[in-house]
Amino acid sequence: MHHPGTNNKVYKKINDNFEWSSENFKKISEIIKKYPSNRIQSAVIPLLDLAQRQNNGWLSKNSMEKVAETLSMSYIRVLEVATFYSMFNLEPIGKNFVQICRTTPCWLRGSDTLSKVAQEVCETNIGETSEDKIFTVVEVECLGACCNAPMVQINDDYYEDLDEESFKKILQDLKDNKSINVGSQIGRKSSQPERKFDA
Amino acid sequence: MLKEKDKIFKNLYGFQDWKLEGAKKRGIWSNTKDLITMGSEKIVEEIKNSQLRGRGGAGFPAGLKWSFMPKDSGKDHYLVVNADESEPGTCKDREIMRNDPHLLLEGCLVAAFAMHAHTCYIYIRGEYYSESSNLQKAIDEAYANNLIGKNACGTGWDFDIYLHRGAGAYICGEETALLESLEGKKGQPRLKPPFPAGAGLYGCPTTVTNVETIAVSPTILRRGSKWFANLGSTNNTGTKIFSISGHVNNPCNVEEEMGIPLKDLIEKHAGGVIGGWENLLAVIPGGASVPLLPKSICDTVKMDFDSLKEVQSGLGTAAVIVMNKSTDIVEAIARLSHFYKHESCGQCTPCREGTGWMYRMMEKMIHGNVEHQDIDKLLDVTKQIEGHTICALGDAAAWPIQGLFRHFRPEIEKRIQERNRRVA
Repeated sequence: MHHPGTNNKVYKKINDNFEWSSENFKKISEIIKKYPSNRIQSAVIPLLDLAQRQNNGWLSKNSMEKVAETLSMSYIRVLEVATFYSMFNLEPIGKNFVQICRTTPCWLRGSDTLSKVAQEVCETNIGETSEDKIFTVVEVECLGACCNAPMVQINDDYYEDLDEESFKKILQDLKDNKSINVGSQIGRKSSQPERKFDA
Repeated sequence: MLKEKDKIFKNLYGFQDWKLEGAKKRGIWSNTKDLITMGSEKIVEEIKNSQLRGRGGAGFPAGLKWSFMPKDSGKDHYLVVNADESEPGTCKDREIMRNDPHLLLEGCLVAAFAMHAHTCYIYIRGEYYSESSNLQKAIDEAYANNLIGKNACGTGWDFDIYLHRGAGAYICGEETALLESLEGKKGQPRLKPPFPAGAGLYGCPTTVTNVETIAVSPTILRRGSKWFANLGSTNNTGTKIFSISGHVNNPCNVEEEMGIPLKDLIEKHAGGVIGGWENLLAVIPGGASVPLLPKSICDTVKMDFDSLKEVQSGLGTAAVIVMNKSTDIVEAIARLSHFYKHESCGQCTPCREGTGWMYRMMEKMIHGNVEHQDIDKLLDVTKQIEGHTICALGDAAAWPIQGLFRHFRPEIEKRIQERNRRVA
């Protein structure tokens, strides 16, 4: 199954220059303070995350080189980290990065249906980006919201307690640039048992 | 059922304010200074007496673990909180961090003081974005009110908490892999010894502990180890958050007494199995890594470390995954095999090669597309992976498959026969 985060190749087609934005530059000095001064390599994951956010959700070769330079690490050490962790995308993604949880607890509650819905509405295959670059749809392993299954993560937010209809609506609204509600789609608070069954 | 007054997590579902003001109303940070002045030895002693066992999966006695930290090593000591919750089925730490983060932070201070640590890192999984932002806000509040930082809570103890977000790797929930990751490397587990208490983060004495274990400790100290030890049974004491998912009417997280019968847990809290108890096929009682239990065992088994071990399974993280008779049980386990194949860090050959091989075999088993002797071959491979890797991921990948064949072997044999008949 293709996933831009589990891809181990550096994307060569685009090679724009990468410089830290002034806002991120300030953030970096805050992040580095968290670790002992001779151990700033610890900041590699937070910095890659920053770089990815600045670079439209993926890491180019230049952005990783910038992280290496900032932390005085060799490039290969940064690349090694970027390829190891699945949240670092090594190729461009669409505006909405739709990650559908496929592991057993979500599958038991119907994650297969969500995958079908996503392919229909987003007009793309699993692991690919739609032609209009609005969606990238991938299947991922457990996202740790199993009591709210089935669920998907779109960019930073979790959408939980989904079914075919509510998921279709979310994707359609994203397509139409409408705002959508984060969290449970059946209106329950976090993972409480619904009260009506609580005898 | 656990009485309301014995609950530790009073805001598990977030109905109340999670911020400092709300937390104070629930008694958090109320007399933290008194807890600290008990002294580190007394704190460890109390945790030992409470018989609290680690809530992260292995169930190691928490007090004993804390006591491994050297008293005077001359190096910095670290407390690292493992919030890299990614065991399929488990979503309890998430609720603690977003709905009651101060409970965790107070625990960090108390535990760190007990193990002579001035610094604490909370390693949260990267996907938990809103949880990490709540937690960060709580940390900022605690600093602003001098609950942590220089002279934390007026105790004279300097204490810093830093939040570190991971980036999507199940293996970083393994303590030494977590430390590697925190040091800015690939999350590949280290060989033990040396154990983290001797040489952990940056080569310094370190204790890595699960969120829930840390979060319950201040309440234990406040209410006394006796109170905690009186809940549950000997060696399996206290309360525990159970995550109930899968084919139940109301999937939920719930705090209950250790040793509650599985049937009660599902029927009283999760609204029962979809289609009724008779429609139950199997339950995975402790997160993806433990072997499943068929209905006959589920009828009577109690939810604690020792009872589940007796039936060749485990409490793990207490993530109960319920499957009713509509489930293709072979595919359910094959999906878990896919999970382990995906999450193997690639360091040890038996795990790197084995998880992929087992997954491919399990995929074929779904359709009965194997020979009868392949079942024994697969089981033999699981035995060869188990115990032959640096960390427990290899074991965790092997156990669900062993559990499947222990209880559902006839089902797969039937599929093989059916397929043979179709092909012939």
